[in-house]
Amino acid sequence: MLNNANRRNVYIVLAVFAVLAAVTPFLDLFLQSLVTEILVFGILAMSLDILLGYTGLASLGHAAYFGVASYATAIVMTKKSWTFTYAIFTWSDSAGLGIFYLLALGILVAIAFSAFFGFLAIRAKDVYFLMITLSLAMVVWGLAYRWSAVTEGDNGIIINERPSLFGISLEGGLPFFYFTLCVFLICLGLLYLITQSPFGHTLVGIREREERMEMLGYNIWLHKYLSFIIAGTFSGVAGVMWTLFNLFVSPPDVELITSAEALFMVALGGPATLVGPVIGAAIIRSLQQFVSIYVERWPLILGSIYIITIMLSRLYGVDGILGFASKFRSSSAASTDAKS
Amino acid sequence: MISLSLANVIQLSYSSLSYAALLFLLASGLSLIFGVMRIVNLAHAAIFLFSGYIALEFYNIIYGDASIMPRVIQALAWAAIYFAWRGLSRPAGEGRAFLGILGAYLIVEILSSALWDFRFYELFFPVIKLQKIDKVSFIGLSFAIAASVVTIALGGMFIERFFLRRFGKDTLAQVLVTIGFAFILQDGSLYTWGGDNFIFEQPWPFNTSVVIEGISFPKYRLFMILTAILVALALFFGIECTRLGAIMRATVDDPEMARGIGINTNIVSMSIFAIGSLLAAIGGVVGGAFFGVYPGLDFEVLPYAFAVVIIGGLGSLMGAVVGSIVVGFMENFGTALFPELAYFALFAPMAIILAIKPTGLFGKG
Repeated sequence: MLNNANRRNVYIVLAVFAVLAAVTPFLDLFLQSLVTEILVFGILAMSLDILLGYTGLASLGHAAYFGVASYATAIVMTKKSWTFTYAIFTWSDSAGLGIFYLLALGILVAIAFSAFFGFLAIRAKDVYFLMITLSLAMVVWGLAYRWSAVTEGDNGIIINERPSLFGISLEGGLPFFYFTLCVFLICLGLLYLITQSPFGHTLVGIREREERMEMLGYNIWLHKYLSFIIAGTFSGVAGVMWTLFNLFVSPPDVELITSAEALFMVALGGPATLVGPVIGAAIIRSLQQFVSIYVERWPLILGSIYIITIMLSRLYGVDGILGFASKFRSSSAASTDAKS
Repeated sequence: MISLSLANVIQLSYSSLSYAALLFLLASGLSLIFGVMRIVNLAHAAIFLFSGYIALEFYNIIYGDASIMPRVIQALAWAAIYFAWRGLSRPAGEGRAFLGILGAYLIVEILSSALWDFRFYELFFPVIKLQKIDKVSFIGLSFAIAASVVTIALGGMFIERFFLRRFGKDTLAQVLVTIGFAFILQDGSLYTWGGDNFIFEQPWPFNTSVVIEGISFPKYRLFMILTAILVALALFFGIECTRLGAIMRATVDDPEMARGIGINTNIVSMSIFAIGSLLAAIGGVVGGAFFGVYPGLDFEVLPYAFAVVIIGGLGSLMGAVVGSIVVGFMENFGTALFPELAYFALFAPMAIILAIKPTGLFGKG
């Protein structure tokens, strides 16, 4: 199934992550936590790439599924008055499986929300799709912000400790990093398989020429819908990991800014590449961490980065960093060929 | 569920209408810009907030003790940069001239802050200290509207000319660039005017309430409704009866043909973006005495503007009118009946309308 170029790319990516796994223990705590954060947002950006890059649907509400999963995680872990979910959590946590319970629950909630929202949004096209996803995400934000009986409103929910994994404590930064890396690699692998499958190729076909795919008898609506749910699901994984990493959830996690950031990570790294969005996430999150140390005007800088990146990429006609890299490679390869 | 008396219903309807008036001012510009340029302007609510701050600064200059000098210096500094860019772009090209000026600026900035501890950027982006202004007259309000309308219209022309025009139909690029501007305007206003909450004083003839049968009707809300009606009539008249309106409709229907018969569609787009922005600016100034101005207001009102245009249909003025009335009533009655779930009360009908007609009630698709 894999051709040579794909196989080589897979080896490169695996090598990079092997190096990352080997190097991280020697980094200081700040960098360790930065790398973990990048991995979490990498999952979010990859999940959006399925929708934006492969299916060609620009969703401006992707933080919704991320957000509901993070809130579900935090609520289950802290809300003792919800005896049923809390009892299962404490019981599974005492067996060392609490984290899997949280992941499963977060994924289920994200699937439920994306299935419902997707049902409403998929019929719309282009700009309308974008605005509907945005508005639906704002509903989630509104719930997080105003439904304070459950979400604690503006204060957010603080979690005291991470659940352990098979009795191994994940409190330290390093064990949690390795756990996040495992989750990340599983997500990357699954998403890669999805994109290489006939289903994934159909999505690309829909992106490129929707009418033709419809003529060929593909069920466009169902493919888009499934793609929406897959994206929501992995976004939910990212949400659970974010809560476990941050041990804190608040309405800004669900905000338009987070959705826009995810969209930008994909656009910056290169859509329809899976790895590109991770690079985008790495750049944005590390910039944020480092810039915030020196200046307090992060949104101003972020906005300027958005504009400059888009201007440059449209000026030179490339799609993100990986698009630039492949164009560079193909132009140097073309110098040996005759110009076509 | 709380039961409402008739008096409550009347009062709520009145506030719903005034809220709808504000939403109309906000959303009509969004709708207009989309109708002509096919751009979803995510910076629209940021423009709304920004114009509120401009009005506030204007009040401070007139009634308070703020100085106008920083603004004069700012205008001169930017004019100098602009003419330097224009001059350099003839021999070097626009992009290179821009990069050259940026580089020169960065060197000067670093040198001046290192040698004389002088921050150059404060000339371009002054920090203004604001105070609460107690008494605002109606004339003051009118001039504040004029001031922020002019500023915002010029700013809108600038954004359209130098940024948005380059992206054509690339939705993703437009969205990210307008979000970029939303961030810049939001954080820029936090930088310039600080993070305090301000609420405008209501101007003199409108600062009281009329009490009928024990129900009080604040006059300012009537003023909001009247403003919105005036703006709506002006828009209808402008689009249907004037030459500019005819040109605009021609550009919407068939841009190629419009260009073919000698209409400069670039200028049309630029003026439409300016007009759409200035509608938000009027809303921002008028709404300043209703919402107040504070950081974060923009992303709070943005979903409402979207709800209006989604329900009414993008690009339709009638849709903006109907949509804002629907959303205004939904929001006010929803908040009164089930405060914690008001967002659902607002967005559930929107979802139903979308399921039936994805382009909204009046949208053409």
